Amino acid sequence: MLRVSNLEAVYQKMILALRGISLNVKEGQIVALLGSNGAGKSTTLKAISGLLAAEDGHITDGTIEFQGEIINNISPDQLVKKGIFLCMEGRRIFKDLTVEENLYAGAYTRKDRSSIKSDIEKIYEYFPKLKMLEHRKAGYLSGGEQQMLAIGRGLMAKPKLLLLDEPSLGIAPLLVKEIFENIKKINEEEGLTILVVEQNANIALSIAHYGYIIENGRVVMKGEASALLEDKNISEHYLGTGKDIKEGRSNRRRQRIVW
Amino acid sequence: MFFLQMLINGIVVGSIYGLVALGFVLIYRASGALNLANGEFVLFGPYVCLVIMTALNVPFLVAFIGTLLFSAFLGLVVERLVIRQLQNAPTISVIMATLGLSSLLAGAVHIIWGHTTRTFPPVFPQTPLNIGGIIITPVYLWSFIIVMILLVIFSIFFKYSKIGLAMRAVADDRQAALSMGMSVKFVLAMTWMIASMVAAIGGILLGNINGVSPTMSAIGLTVLPVVILGGLDSVMGAIIGGFLIGIIQNLAGGYLDPLVGGGLKDVVPFIVVLLILMLKPHGLFGSRGIERV
Ligand SMILES: Nc1ncnc2c1ncn2[C@@H]1O[C@H](COP(=O)(O)OP(=O)(O)O)[C@@H](O)[C@H]1O
Ligand SMILES: [Mg+2]
Repeated sequence: MLRVSNLEAVYQKMILALRGISLNVKEGQIVALLGSNGAGKSTTLKAISGLLAAEDGHITDGTIEFQGEIINNISPDQLVKKGIFLCMEGRRIFKDLTVEENLYAGAYTRKDRSSIKSDIEKIYEYFPKLKMLEHRKAGYLSGGEQQMLAIGRGLMAKPKLLLLDEPSLGIAPLLVKEIFENIKKINEEEGLTILVVEQNANIALSIAHYGYIIENGRVVMKGEASALLEDKNISEHYLGTGKDIKEGRSNRRRQRIVW
Repeated sequence: MFFLQMLINGIVVGSIYGLVALGFVLIYRASGALNLANGEFVLFGPYVCLVIMTALNVPFLVAFIGTLLFSAFLGLVVERLVIRQLQNAPTISVIMATLGLSSLLAGAVHIIWGHTTRTFPPVFPQTPLNIGGIIITPVYLWSFIIVMILLVIFSIFFKYSKIGLAMRAVADDRQAALSMGMSVKFVLAMTWMIASMVAAIGGILLGNINGVSPTMSAIGLTVLPVVILGGLDSVMGAIIGGFLIGIIQNLAGGYLDPLVGGGLKDVVPFIVVLLILMLKPHGLFGSRGIERV
């Protein structure tokens, strides 16, 4: 469904953020994109969703192919209409809008106005907490509730491919679990294809089918999620379960994972 | 009685300030820039309206609608030719550009219409109304009613329309709005069109009250204390700030000006703003947005 090949991207014409990333997302799958802070995860998602230009970034090489079409130079609103939706890092809900209005905002590009109301009810079934907060300004929600809203808002666009940028960021562990269970459920029930970026590799791989690990703008490892979870090397370096944390290298990586 | 008279004049003029300030606040919310050409937008409205009325010999209402179309077009042109070129420029450049624009527009008005004061042909009924001993000229009453109707229309527009939602979303978080597939360009164009239209309406109403002359662009300055008082990013604050400044101005003009020989009317609003900013640095209703920690 999505094929990224040798993607290179720069910010401000000089900061090289991606150095030839290649990855594949098959229809109906959850794919995890893992890596430490600054590895280029968010940049990859921004490139796919056309949002690099708004941050003075450009794709300098490589291609992004979505359902057989090269989408390198397509504007963000066109991409949302084609079915790619990015839930940005840090939730980025509209603070001064109510929960309900945020969900309407997600449906902005849709033409079928009549079914929006019933789709909002469906979001409330996935995230019952949001129903109770329906008329509250989103800025007053807790971090976890805001993340649920951000994902719900994404679903309102009826995307074919949902990109999630660190849904666990700054959220209490218990809620993280609930949110990832919901992501899994949405994937299974709606057949929605999901590319999820995480620093919390354990939880992401627990729901993913396939995973990529990137570092310094390059893919350094890839494989079935279950295989990545079992790999000793990976668990030591990326999953924060390594025993040997006295060793400097491992220690440094652990610190980065803690964020 | 004198007090009530001044109060009512203040409320009416204040409601017009609020309307003009609304346009100013919308632009600030959408792009973070101050529109220093707002006073000239106000100035263009009544002149264009007068020209349409006299040249084409059409009724006021027709001229009014024609002026709105012209103003929307003016706002759009400004956005396309000036603001959009500065999309990635620092905010201060945008503000300087609006300053340049204000001289340009003021110059255009001067060249085209000169600097004599003109008066609207009687548009509203002339006989004053006497309500419980208070004399209200119909033009005041009608201006107030028109502003109120417009404010209701705008609140419904912002609250319930799709474009209104997009405008609020862009003001809240521009990047996130882009990721929803909203067109920030479209929202900015809409914002400038609306700001230019409300300024023109304010100008036409003021022109009906006081006559039309280039000095009307001073409202561009008056609107500054209004929006600073209300909080630069608050639509509600702009409207309430408008009322407050209008009332303060008229009371100061009525009671203090005779004592010192005039001039306080224009100074007092700024003094009030200074005092309020000491207590509330973001204005009465302004915010840096909701921050959760
Ligand atoms: N808006 C930006 N302008 C300039 N450099 C940026 C910008 N965003 C990210 N970068 C740089 O690009 C690199 C990759 O960042 P990012 O994709 O955000 O990493 P990750 O999401 O994996 O933490 C980093 O070196 C970062 O400093
Ligand atoms: Mg990131």
